[in-house]
Amino acid sequence: MELFSHLALGFEVALAGTNILYCLLGVILGTLIGVLPGIGPVATIAMLLPATFVLPPVSALIMLAGIYYGAQYGGSTTAILVNLPGEVSSVVTCLDGYQMARQGNAGKALAIAALGSFFAGSVATFLIAAFAPPLAEFALRFGPADYFSLMVLGLIAAVVLAHGSLVKAVAMIVLGLLIGLIGTDVNSGIARFNFGLPELIDGVGIGPIAMGVFGFGEIIRNLDVRGENREIFTKRVTGLMPTWKDIVAATPAVLRGTALGSFLGILPGGGPILGSFSAYTLEKKLSRHPEKFGKGAIEGVAAPESANNAAAQTSFIPLLTLGIPSNPVMALMIGAMIIHGIQPGPQIITAKPDLFWGMIASMWVGNLLLVVLNLPLIGLWVKLLTVPYRLLYPAILIFCCIGVYSINNAWMDVLLAAGFGFVGYLFGKLDCEAAPLLLGFVLGPMMEEHLRRALLLSRGDPTVFVTRPISATLLVLAVVLLVLVLAPAVRKKREEAFVEEG
Amino acid sequence: MAIRIRNPRDFWSGVMFVAVGALFAGISISYRLGTAARMGPGYFPFVLGAMLVLLGVVIAFTALKTDGPAVDKFHWGPIFWVLGSIVLFGVLLKLTGMLVAGVGLVVGASMGSGEFKRREVLILAVGLSVFCAAVFVGGLKLPIPMCPGFDYFERFSLCRV
Repeated sequence: MELFSHLALGFEVALAGTNILYCLLGVILGTLIGVLPGIGPVATIAMLLPATFVLPPVSALIMLAGIYYGAQYGGSTTAILVNLPGEVSSVVTCLDGYQMARQGNAGKALAIAALGSFFAGSVATFLIAAFAPPLAEFALRFGPADYFSLMVLGLIAAVVLAHGSLVKAVAMIVLGLLIGLIGTDVNSGIARFNFGLPELIDGVGIGPIAMGVFGFGEIIRNLDVRGENREIFTKRVTGLMPTWKDIVAATPAVLRGTALGSFLGILPGGGPILGSFSAYTLEKKLSRHPEKFGKGAIEGVAAPESANNAAAQTSFIPLLTLGIPSNPVMALMIGAMIIHGIQPGPQIITAKPDLFWGMIASMWVGNLLLVVLNLPLIGLWVKLLTVPYRLLYPAILIFCCIGVYSINNAWMDVLLAAGFGFVGYLFGKLDCEAAPLLLGFVLGPMMEEHLRRALLLSRGDPTVFVTRPISATLLVLAVVLLVLVLAPAVRKKREEAFVEEG
Repeated sequence: MAIRIRNPRDFWSGVMFVAVGALFAGISISYRLGTAARMGPGYFPFVLGAMLVLLGVVIAFTALKTDGPAVDKFHWGPIFWVLGSIVLFGVLLKLTGMLVAGVGLVVGASMGSGEFKRREVLILAVGLSVFCAAVFVGGLKLPIPMCPGFDYFERFSLCRV
């Protein structure tokens, strides 16, 4: 079968001496970052982007992907042991995981989280291998109008799934699109919105924005809230192996979590956060003992952890087949690909099969490494959590600053990032979620380009978006999504779903 | 009837969106707008800017009718120290190179934590700067200036780790 020969090629690349080392390095760094509360995968990838410049593109992307799913694993460790979500996607794991730890079952919770994640990761890897190639082939038939409509659908989906006010999320997207347009207009050569600064002629880089809003802004916010009491279960991590009874209880939850997470990960705007929240809600609904949730139910750890890992993997599907990011981390991956001279899009599979299949195989390898490494290393991660924040954040800052500078060797970028740091802090104060902004920022120039091309080809006739079957279907889907979300019944459900995260 | 802001967070977000949208739309007009078939550089940003103004107005007006939480206090201390020391790092990097800039960043940023311990911070600052120099410049060979502007020092190996 073709699939197996492809996977064989992939494993050949992924297991090649240096690549497996970078995969290992990536998952360890990712876990480290995931364990530390207050710095997320977006800031980390932006920070470590320059460090991958010296690597060949395949190794670089393998390492960056490793950071991403390593962070999902690390986040759950912190959630279970300290009741602090290392990552947003592990917020729900806190609910039952921490309770299990308090009952002396920390080891079991960690083991179930790791094994569930591994299972989910394996399934998701297989899904990518099976579905990405046909999807990419289909995507080759897309014209400019279809791409434009696809991006509209993607951005609308991002709004629907964002928490908080819908209108504000739309406004954040538009703001992101506008920031993305800063710089030289490719058609006319005019420098737009550069406010006379020559440094802005090439536009604002994704590094300063991601680092400023998601890194610096977050650090200042953390300094606002100080003196939290952390109760760490350092010594009681014993009895890692779950009993047969635990496995029987967790298996259906893992299966459902994997299925739900895989599906939600593919949707633009979805990803691990939504996956874990919905999986938890689903388990609670289906359970015969819903009252056990929040008091240390093993299903409450197994389902969200499987779901967030599955979603983390499958969110690579739109990136690798359409060149469209489904969440901020994928937006950064696009940036990374472009820096390494790879144009993201459906042509990757045929033009660079070693890169495509190597990355996919490395995801499975990375997940295996995580399971093997993480359980023995838990003691080390726990120690890390005892480092006071006053020593931690200057270290994070210096890595971030060097990272921002090195992407373009531009000191102006460091200053820009500081500015975006304030903007990020402001967004936090005003309850404006920043993820849609970053998606808009990446899609801004692409959207304008496709819109211009589509209307040029149709001689200014806007009906082209509804007369082309692919474009029309995508737009109908977008409208359906919007109507669904605005419908009173769903609206109430959506609010309920997001209340859980508190 | 007096107008009362019942949802301050949303109200001020709306104001922010209106201001930024108006700024972008205003600048767009100075570029050529063109027609839908042959869009000029100002067309798409003008449409987006106008959309943002509209959305901002909707958000701000809704905030007058629905209740919401107040805007939390801004902690200017951490903002000043953290962002200020990042700017300082950017400037110093160009003038004095990474080692000095790194020390400046760590010391400055630590002022924002409210629990500044001189000895601890100094050790951390020097340690982190040297570590970063060794890893990023020594190991990864990133072209980060170590001490530019001082031609004399550049002859010594310290500046070419």
